[in-house]
Amino acid sequence: MEPFVQLEGVVAPLDAVNVDTDMIIPAVYLKSIERTGFGPNLFDRYRYNEDGSENPDFILNQGPYRSSKILVSGPNFGCGSSREHAPWALEDFGIRCIIAPSFADIFFNNCFKNGLLPLALPEPDVRRIMDKAKDNPGFEITVDLEAQQVRDADEEIVVDFEVDEFRRYCLLNGLDDIGLTLQHEDAISAFESRQA
Amino acid sequence: MAARTMFEKIWDAHVVHEEPGQPSLIYVDLHLVHEVTSPQAFDGLRMAGRKVRRPDLTVATADHNTPTWELTRPIEDQISKAQLDALDRNAAEFELPFYYDRFSENQGIVHVIGPDLGYTLPGKTVVCGDSHTSTHGALGCFAVGIGTSEVEHVLATQTLRQFKPRTMEVRIDGELPNGVSAKDVILGIIGHIGVNGGTGHVIEYTGEAIRGLSMDGRMTVCNMSIEGGARAGMIAPDDTTFDYVRTRPYAPKGAELEAKIEEWRRLTTDSGAAYDRTVVINASDLAPFVTWGTKPDMVAQITDRVPDPASFETTAEREAAERALEYMGLEPNQRIEDIRIDRVFLGACTNARIDDLRAAASVIRGRQVNSDVYAMVVPGSARVKAEAEAEGLDQVFRDAGFDWRVAGCSMCLGMNPDILDPGQRCASTSNRNFEGRQGKGGRTHLVSPEMAAAAAIAGHFVDVRDF
Repeated sequence: MEPFVQLEGVVAPLDAVNVDTDMIIPAVYLKSIERTGFGPNLFDRYRYNEDGSENPDFILNQGPYRSSKILVSGPNFGCGSSREHAPWALEDFGIRCIIAPSFADIFFNNCFKNGLLPLALPEPDVRRIMDKAKDNPGFEITVDLEAQQVRDADEEIVVDFEVDEFRRYCLLNGLDDIGLTLQHEDAISAFESRQA
Repeated sequence: MAARTMFEKIWDAHVVHEEPGQPSLIYVDLHLVHEVTSPQAFDGLRMAGRKVRRPDLTVATADHNTPTWELTRPIEDQISKAQLDALDRNAAEFELPFYYDRFSENQGIVHVIGPDLGYTLPGKTVVCGDSHTSTHGALGCFAVGIGTSEVEHVLATQTLRQFKPRTMEVRIDGELPNGVSAKDVILGIIGHIGVNGGTGHVIEYTGEAIRGLSMDGRMTVCNMSIEGGARAGMIAPDDTTFDYVRTRPYAPKGAELEAKIEEWRRLTTDSGAAYDRTVVINASDLAPFVTWGTKPDMVAQITDRVPDPASFETTAEREAAERALEYMGLEPNQRIEDIRIDRVFLGACTNARIDDLRAAASVIRGRQVNSDVYAMVVPGSARVKAEAEAEGLDQVFRDAGFDWRVAGCSMCLGMNPDILDPGQRCASTSNRNFEGRQGKGGRTHLVSPEMAAAAAIAGHFVDVRDF
């Protein structure tokens, strides 16, 4: 897993509440047995017209937003299914951080397993970032996981945040969960023999 | 020992390792696997040279991609076929003893077969790479949906890293009014708490109305816990649960089972135990519900009207309602009963069990599907299908003009040949009405099996209480 330390990039504003996993990637694209290649189908139903051409009204099809690394959206982002294809599609497109007032539990968890940071910030801060990103296409921010701070170049926006220490440690170091758990293999075996 | 909730008792009994500031390591008693969220997990094991730690606690089946046409007809979609073939190969390579492929008599939707075959039992921890794993909590176990990385983690270690969720009691006081089903209970709850009302929590459903539900009804309620944002849903085991377990083929039997039942009786929440939150709903406030929008909390009673977006308090809610009405092709203040439908889907892990099929059949017996409607029934498993056929329910459905299908997830999620065409409107017993969920441009209204059956006959939504 690629470590997440500091991310600097264009912010795409997706101003909607309850963005669900079927919107992020429809089930018809979950048939692949690979972990990669889902990027072209990220937000598929909104990004493309009936004939397969790009929908110019969709934010990720517009100018600098095409190379967004950060997505800012409304509350309860990622609700719905447990499909890890949702963070895989975001990551494959190039997005490694989603900023929203709140996240659905399973999506939130899945992001950390893939080196993505789902960042829950207070609603007024999310709104300020959203408005600035809408008004200034190409607006960039830095998400600094080491310092636990979001800031823009002219420091008009400076927001401190806190990520749970364990998840932060894993992200900063790009750690594989399974390896960590297997350090406790004795405890697992002991539990199993008690149960038997 | 301090008074504990049922969830806390199950959690405490499964902690393998704990450290301050870290997620707990929880032992997994049952891991359910299906073809969509597992191939990358098995690949991960292969690359790291790891094995499945407990194949004996792993149950796998094929459900999401499987066509619901006759089994003799081959799968036409080669990408779907490749995913199903991958599960065949992985089950063989990793030596999974309980794998039920498309042709097995035990095949079916993973959340139907787990309890039905007797793998899901009270007090267990159950995981599956699927958000509707919450279904299994109906038997009094802790059941959570996980992503593919966690599937790999469970395959390799038989444990899950979890921060302990908070607890939430949802109590339904009083008896359910006539004509109000388990589906209406959960749609009413979600309408009340909202799609993120349960985020971070495990819901325990309590109260007289819940106690009065059959096991199949309880599974319908727990199934949609995730639609209210909850990590899991659960219902305390009681004699209804134990009678159900006694007739399951792979559940413990005889003296062993009776000893377990005595243990399970002690799982219930202690008097004096505190939930982090409690929500109380009066059963008398529940009625047959129909969703009008594109999130499961956008519900109205059958006798109501489509809401006017202007009536919502916040800008965000107004915009969401406007967008939903535009997508759904509905007008503000339109009567729900005036909404005409093109399709009926009776199935999915929410409502494809034998009780659901019986309830729907009792509504349509001797009647005919409206000529403008195409209606289909998809039993939740091969066993449910066989049971229904033994009772003659297939004939009741066929006589009324319903298509009788082979078990699978079918039109719940638009991943197999069963999909809506753009603009088509469906009365569906599934669990999600998201935009495009049943096919691009498709319009989904979530209802109970009885309401879906009545709508199939009438061609529009009708109040099943007067039908």
